[in-house]
Amino acid sequence: MTDTVAQASTVADAKAPPDTMAWDSGLRRLMMIYLPLGCFVLILLFPFHWMAITSFKPNAELMNYKEHNPFWITSPTLAHIKHLLFNTSYPHWLWTTMMVAIGSTTLSLIASTLAAYAIERLRFRGSPYVGLGIYLAYLVPPSILFIPLATVVVQFGLFDSPLALILVYPTFLVPFCTWLLIGYFKSIPYELEECALVDGATRLQILRRITLPLAVPGLISAGIFSFTLSWNEFIYALAFIQSGANKTVPVAILTELVTGDVYQWGALMAGSLLGSLPVAIFYSLFVDYYVSSLTGAVKE
Amino acid sequence: MSVTTLSSPTLIHRQPNWLVRLFDYKPFLVVMCLAPALGLLAVFLTYPLGLGIWLAFTDTTIGRKGVYVGLENFQYLLTDSLWWNAVFYSVVYTGIATFGKFALGFWLALLLNNHFPFKSLLRAIILLPWIVPTVLSALAFWWIYDPQFSIISYLLVDVLHWRTSNIDFLGSPWPARFSLIAANIWRGIPFVAISLLAGLQTISPSLYEAAMLDGASAWQRFRYITFPMMMPILAIVMTFSIIFTFTDFQLVYAITRGGPGNSTHLLATLAFQRGIAGGELGEGAAIAVSMIPFLVFATLFSYFGLARRKWQQGESND
Repeated sequence: MTDTVAQASTVADAKAPPDTMAWDSGLRRLMMIYLPLGCFVLILLFPFHWMAITSFKPNAELMNYKEHNPFWITSPTLAHIKHLLFNTSYPHWLWTTMMVAIGSTTLSLIASTLAAYAIERLRFRGSPYVGLGIYLAYLVPPSILFIPLATVVVQFGLFDSPLALILVYPTFLVPFCTWLLIGYFKSIPYELEECALVDGATRLQILRRITLPLAVPGLISAGIFSFTLSWNEFIYALAFIQSGANKTVPVAILTELVTGDVYQWGALMAGSLLGSLPVAIFYSLFVDYYVSSLTGAVKE
Repeated sequence: MSVTTLSSPTLIHRQPNWLVRLFDYKPFLVVMCLAPALGLLAVFLTYPLGLGIWLAFTDTTIGRKGVYVGLENFQYLLTDSLWWNAVFYSVVYTGIATFGKFALGFWLALLLNNHFPFKSLLRAIILLPWIVPTVLSALAFWWIYDPQFSIISYLLVDVLHWRTSNIDFLGSPWPARFSLIAANIWRGIPFVAISLLAGLQTISPSLYEAAMLDGASAWQRFRYITFPMMMPILAIVMTFSIIFTFTDFQLVYAITRGGPGNSTHLLATLAFQRGIAGGELGEGAAIAVSMIPFLVFATLFSYFGLARRKWQQGESND
C-alpha cells in the first residue's frame, strides 16, 4: 500500500518542476532516506549483535533454534567469558597486543613527527620528493612484504619476539602518520615560527614549544589511528610469532582457540567481542578525530 | 602566547653551546629529523622489498640458503593451475568487491549527506565495521556462514519459508567465493562512505542552486555536478581500495583458508601457504612478486587521478 503511494508521489514529483521543493515531502523522505539508511545500519551492525549475543548464550541455546529464538537470549551466561579469562592465556594475549600497539604507536609518532616537520617546515631541497617517497611507501601492502620480512626478522634474531612487531608495524604507520601530520603542519601559520626565529629561538625549541602544541589534534588523530591499525594487524603477527604466549589477540583467537572439528562458537565469539572492545571504546572516545584523520588523509 | 614564553630571559642570554649550534644547523637538523623515519622504512620496507624480488629468483627454503635459479619459479607458476586459480579469484574478488563497495558506499554517503537527527551518532556507528579487527569480524561471518546454524539459513528457511534446506555457504567453490566477497564488501562500505561523504561536503551548494534554477532534475544534478566533482576523490579512494582488496589476506585466511579444494585462494593466501606454511620461501616470494604489476597499475591510476584534480582546480604543484 505505502509502496504504491510512494511510487505515485515519485511520479508526481518527477513531473513537478524542481524549484517547488516538493521532493522534500515527508513520505518520500521516509522512503528515499530513512528506509535505506535503516537497512544499511541493520546490515552493518548485525554481525556485532550476533557476536555479542553468541558470547552470552549457553551452549544449549546456541545449538537449538527450534526452541529458542536465536535473535535473543533467554538465560544469559558468563561461562564463555569465564572460560576465556581463566582457562586460556587470553589476558596475556591482550597484554601483548596492548604493549605492541603502544610501542609501535609511540615509535611511529616520534619518527613521523620529526619527518613531517623536516619535510613541511625545514623545506630543504628535494623535500617534496621525500614526501612523495613516503607516500609511495604507504602503497606497498604487507602481503608482498611478509615473506622477505620474515627472513629479515630471523636475521635480526627477533623471530617469535613481540619486539619484531613493534619494529615492523611502523612500516605502514609512519607513511600514514607523516602524511597526516604534513597536512596539520601546513595549517599552522608560518609567521608564528618566524616570530620565534626573530626572538632567537632554535629550530628545536620552535618545534617543541610552537609547532607541536598547535599540532596536538593531528598528533591525537595519528596516535589513535596507529593504535587501531597495530591492534588490528594480522599477517605480520601470524608470520613472525610462533609460541602461543607471544601471540596477539587476532592471531591467537584464530590459531589457539579454533581447535578440532567442533568449534566452540561461544568462546570464539566472546574472544572476538573482548578483542574488539578496546578499539571500540577507544574509538567512541575519539570519534571526531578518527573521522577527521580518515578524511584528512584521503583529501591530502 | 607562545611568543611571550619564548622571549623569557633564559632564551635571550643563551650560551652559544656547540651542541645547540649543531642542532640549529639546518642540513644537520634535516638529516636528524628524517633519520628515524627513513631508517625504519629503509630497513623494514625497502630492503625487504628488494630482498623479496631477489628471493623470487632463488630456490630458498626455510633453513636453507638458496641459489639463483633465474625465472624457474615464475615458469613453474605459469604451469601451476593453483596459481592461475588464485589470479582468477583475486581479479574476480577485487572486481566485484570494489564495485559493490563503491556502489553501496556512494549510496550511503549520499544518504548521510542529508540532514536528519542523530547524524553524527549514525556516522560514528557506521564506521564500526572498519574499526574492529578484521579477523574478529571475519570470525563472526564464519559463524554466520556456519553450515548448520547459520542465522541467514534460519531466516530463509524457518522464518520466511523461502527455502527448504540450509544454504551451504562455505562448502562448495562458488558460494564460498561469493560469501567472502560479501564479507569484504561489508567491511569496506564504511571506509568508502565516510571518505566520499567528506568529498560530498566540499561541493559548494551554490552549484546545486544554480542547476535547480536551470531546471536540472535530481538525476541530472547527480550526473553533471556530484559525480564529476567527486571524480578526484573517487580515484584516490578507489586506488587504495583496489590495492588493499587485491592483496587481501585476513578475511580469506580466517574464513576459508583457501578452501574448499583451494578454490578461494587469493594470491596473498597462496603465497603464505607456499612460503611460510610450506617453507618454500622462493616460490612464495615469486607469488608475492607476481602481484606487483597490478599494484603499479593501480598506483599510476591514482597519480593521474591526482594530477587531474590539480589541473581542474588550477592549483600549482605544491
